[in-house]
Parts: sequence; C-alpha cells; structure tokens
Amino acid sequence: MFAERRIAAEPPPSGVPTESRILSGADALREAMALCMERDERVFVMGQGVTDPFRVFGTTRGLLETYGPGRVVETPLAENGMTGVAIGAAISGQRPVLIHMRADFALLTMEQLVNNAAKTAWLTQGKLQVPLVVRMFIGRGWGQGPAHTQSLESLFAMIPGLTVVMPATPADAKGQLIAAIESPNPVIFLEHRWLHFTRGLVPAGHYSTPLDGPKVVRPGCDLTIAATSHMVVEALRAADALATAGISAEVVDVAVLRPFNPEPILMSVRRTGRLMVADTGWNTLGMGAEIIAIVTEQAFGALTGPPVRVGLPDLPAPSSPALAGDYYPTALTLFDRAGALLGLPPSRLAVSRNRLAALIAEIPVDVPEAGITSPF
Amino acid sequence: MPMLTDIPSALGLYRAMLRIRLVEETIADRYAQQRMRCPVHLSIGQEAVAAGVSAALASSDQIFSTHRCHAHYLAKGGDLTAMIAEIHGKETGCCGGRGGSMNLVDPDAGVMMSSPTIGSSIPVAVGAALSMQQRGTGGVAVAYFGDGASEEGVLHESLNFAALRRLPVLFVLENNGYSIFTPLDQRQPAQRPLSDLGRAHGIPAETVDGNDAGAVRAAAGRAVGRARRGEGPTLLVCDTYRQSEHCEPAKVFDVGYRTAAEREEWAARCPLTRLRHQLIAEGILTKEAEAALLRSLRTEVEEAFADADAAPFPSPVNAMEHLHVR
Repeated sequence: MFAERRIAAEPPPSGVPTESRILSGADALREAMALCMERDERVFVMGQGVTDPFRVFGTTRGLLETYGPGRVVETPLAENGMTGVAIGAAISGQRPVLIHMRADFALLTMEQLVNNAAKTAWLTQGKLQVPLVVRMFIGRGWGQGPAHTQSLESLFAMIPGLTVVMPATPADAKGQLIAAIESPNPVIFLEHRWLHFTRGLVPAGHYSTPLDGPKVVRPGCDLTIAATSHMVVEALRAADALATAGISAEVVDVAVLRPFNPEPILMSVRRTGRLMVADTGWNTLGMGAEIIAIVTEQAFGALTGPPVRVGLPDLPAPSSPALAGDYYPTALTLFDRAGALLGLPPSRLAVSRNRLAALIAEIPVDVPEAGITSPF
Repeated sequence: MPMLTDIPSALGLYRAMLRIRLVEETIADRYAQQRMRCPVHLSIGQEAVAAGVSAALASSDQIFSTHRCHAHYLAKGGDLTAMIAEIHGKETGCCGGRGGSMNLVDPDAGVMMSSPTIGSSIPVAVGAALSMQQRGTGGVAVAYFGDGASEEGVLHESLNFAALRRLPVLFVLENNGYSIFTPLDQRQPAQRPLSDLGRAHGIPAETVDGNDAGAVRAAAGRAVGRARRGEGPTLLVCDTYRQSEHCEPAKVFDVGYRTAAEREEWAARCPLTRLRHQLIAEGILTKEAEAALLRSLRTEVEEAFADADAAPFPSPVNAMEHLHVR
C-alpha cells in the first residue's frame, strides 16, 4: 500500500536494535503486546475475541499459547463491567490491556473510564494509579455503517486524566503501544482499522515511542496539515501531490490528543502561516476544532488566512459504498482545500490534481485493500 | 439471641459500631455550621454491616465502597483524622480535599475506592480480586453496594465474571430499603428475593440480619473462607435500615415516604442498641467500661474535628498535580 513507501519508520532510540522489517500494523501491534508480556508479568490482555481463532485481527496471535488463559483473558460481553475489572486490576498492581473490536462498543464503558480510570490518580494524589490500556478500533469497512465505524476520539480526549493516542504508522503503532502499556496512566489507544493492513518499516525488538505529542512527519514551508490517525496517510498523499505542483506542505501527526502538546503545531504554523486540520472524526467539537482554537489563541499573528477544517460531516456514517465516498474526506479533499487556502488558481493545480484523482479512484472507499472481498 | 461466646470479638464489634455512630452523629450535629461543604450520606442504623464484614477481613484485604462509605472506611481501619479533614475540604484529607465525603480512600488500610456513581465500584472490586488471583496473594476483595445498585446492569456483569473465574470476592448487598425516597417494593418484584441475584449466576448467597453484627461477621467469615480457599465469590445480603435521611444529615423529611411506625420499629432494632443491651445483660459491658469507652472515643472524635479545623486548605496552585502520573 501507499503508506509502505511514504511512511518511514522513526529511527529508534540509540542502544536498541536497529533491524527493521516490513510489517503490517496488526503484526506490529502483536509484537508490542508479546514484548510487553514477556518483559513484565503484570501485563495481561483481556477482551472479547482475544483467544478466538482470529485473535483480534491477528493482534493477539500466539499470546494464549505462550501465556495461558490466566494472562490472556477471554471476557464475557460486558464492556462496562470488564472495564471496571481492568481498572480494579490496574489499581491493584497489574497492567491490563483491554480490547474492544469497535470503539462504538466502548460507549458502554464511559462510566468506568470517565469516573474511575481518569480520576483515580488525581483523586488519590498518586497513591493509586491506573496503568491501563484500552485498545479500540475505529474506521470504516465493508458497509459497517453508523454504529460500527465511529471515530469517537474527541469523547475521550475531552476528559482530563485520560491519555488518548492515535497511531498512524505500523512503527509508531508498536512503539506507542509499548509506551502506553509501560505508562502509569490510563491510555485510550485508538487504532484505525486500516492501520492493521498498512505495511511499513518496523524496527525489531523493544522500543518505546514517547507519548509526548505531535511530530512533524514531513517537513514543508507553505502550509501545515495537522492530521490524526488515517488522515495522516491521506495528508501525506496530498502533500506528495501538492509537491508536484510546487507546493510544500508540512504534515504533522497529532498522535497524542490528550494530554495535548500544541507546541509542534504552533511552531509549524509560525513557519508556514497556514493551517489545515485533517480529523478522522466529526468537524463539530472535534480534535481539529480544538487545534484550530489553540492555534488561533496562541499564534493568531502568524496566520495569513483563516484555518481550514477537514473532518467528517455532521452525519452518522452511512453503510452504502455509494454514500461513503462523499462522507469520508480523502487526499483529494485536502489537496483542494490546500489550493484554496493558498489562493492558487485551479489551472495551476490541474495536472497534479488529475493525477491524484486518478490515484484516489483506484483506492476502494470501503476496504483498506482491494483484495478484501468480505467483512473484516 | 444466642449467648455471646467470643467476648473480645463482641466488644470489638460494639466498639467499632459505636465509633462509627459517634463520628456520624458529630457530623450531623455540626453540619449546619457549613464547614463541611459536601454531601454526606450517613450509615446511622447500618453500622453492623461494615463492622461485621471488616471483622472477617485481614488488613491486607481490600474494600470498594459507595457514596455511603463512612462506616466501611472506618471499620476497615481508614484514618479518622484524614476522613474528617477530607469532609472539611482540607489539605490533610485522605484525598487532599479533592474527593469529599463520597470518595474516601485509604490504600494503606485497604480502602481502595469509594464511588458516588451507583454500582461503579463493584466491577473494580472484581478486578482487584482478579489481580489477587493472578498474583496468588491469597487476598480477598469486598464490593459493598446497596439495594439500588442491585438494579444496575454492571452488578450482573460483575457477578457473572466473578463466578466464571471463581474470583476471591465478597459481594455485600447492604439493603437499607430505600433509594433516596423510593422503597424497594417500587423498584423490584417482591416475589424475587435479592439473594436470587447471586444464585442466578451460580454464586452462593446468604441473607443475614444486617442489624446483627455477630451474624454478619459469621456469614462474612464463611464467605471469606470460601474465597481464600479458591472456591469463588459469595453474595451476602444484609437487610438493614437507613435511620437517617439519604443525604441531609440533620433533617427528617416527614413527607410521607416512610411512616413514623416504620421508623420506630427499626429504631427498636438498632444494631448498636441491641448489642449494647446484650453485652450489659451478659455482664460483659459494665457501666464503668462503657463510660470509659465513650470518653476515649469522644476524645478521638473531638481531636479529629479539631485537627480538621486547624488544617490548611489545599492550594489551587497544586490542583493539577497527579492528573497524569510521571
């Protein structure tokens, strides 16, 4: 897939293995899980399907065989209760990783996450901690529709005390998941389902990608595109196309939505003077809205024009592929909005735009790979 | 009532209940002074449940409580001075003034959580039991909850999982008859006893007179024994009565939601009075000993209130601390 070529692995910190392989996001996540369980016996995994034949899209493959049902805990269909169980285990010294195959299911768990996970360390002034990771999956596929695909990150990111992470590449997915599991804080880890299929360079062995905020994944000087999750992939595609028209877009992977560190985005906007946000979630009250608010408050003088917000329209996600095409913004959406932001005449962009449009047309709207021909 | 066979234990139960009662009566007496500026939910009339259960626990066992947590906290050994300071919003409170009366914790004493959302702490107790089982500590977790929480779905999720994994957890259903103003018979079918909630999940359930501290202790002891032997969870239904109002400590809402006759009937079954009469009748508690006990407990309570009054308020400068652990 495109991302394989475009997204290079971050160089690992010194002193760790530098060997890298091309892996899928799912395999990168599985490696992270296995490494953490091997290194720390307090780490255990729980969720629906963690021991089933498909092993959560392969991300828990091999764990049951190695660690047994005591540390690979198949759970009843009781999302809220199991979240409380995970919190209790975390408070009592364990390091659970709880998995929901859809973020939509985690709506049932908001009481536990908001009232207990987010507040316990603050409430007890650090006497008790909640070293919990909740992996949950967002993103579209095979007509799953309005209650099976939602990008609910801003619901979690508005809660003080939670850490909210959205990996964009296989290498980051592994490093950020390791960092999340090793964190003493409750981490909501939102995986776009297409990330599981994205292939990219992934360093071998243990490494941790700090959960310290946004990072520039492609330098540029004409505009800043601050993107989350899969929209980083779309933003890099758009930046490639813009480059062929002589426009240099800087792409920032937001990565950590809470606690949010705006500095890398502010620094970028101070260089470029222009901001576009590309959000996997809804526009209204979304992460993109928050980023624009912060940049407007703190770097208003650096802006040469109004910021641009790209996200989902204020509608539930439709099932039909005929409707999904209009619903989800792509690299082409970003390309067009960037051209308008820069005030460039369409004639100057036409060749690059046509080429990008042809590329986009080849990519299915409802599956991450053309070879996928059934629900996944 | 049978003769008291274990006199030191009976005296211990009485002392624990009396201490809780004196603390809560003092809170009620002084609430109108407006220095305790948070909701307080008193356990007056329900002390035998907390005292009886805690008497069956080891100090390393863990409890998870509710908005009505004073008795559970104190009976388990939670620090009294830190509790009173917390209710006063002081820096020396058990949560530094961040939680108030409904969020009492004292991890050193095994008081791990008190949650004001009904049912919220139940699965957390189950998770602690899972952790104890995984680590092989031999510990037991207790989930305290009321009759109201027995209507929450999360209880059933918790019972199912605890039964499935045979977790060392004791579910203590403290049935005080009311959810704020609404009696149990308006909320649950009369033909289904509360203990059936446990049996429906294959969990042994026992119903005890929740105003008989000795009976609660004995039943809790059986349940804790099963949990420690790896035989899994137990549901303990303790029938008791909320003598005070749901929340306002110094008021009586004479609005017809319960009758004077009902209140009087339960006042006559007050767990503290009952045990006191028995201890006196059997010659275990002398007038002198009782006076000395009251003196020492009143001194302790006065000192806790004085400490709370003298303690500083937390500084807003530090309010962000510990939001994220470094």
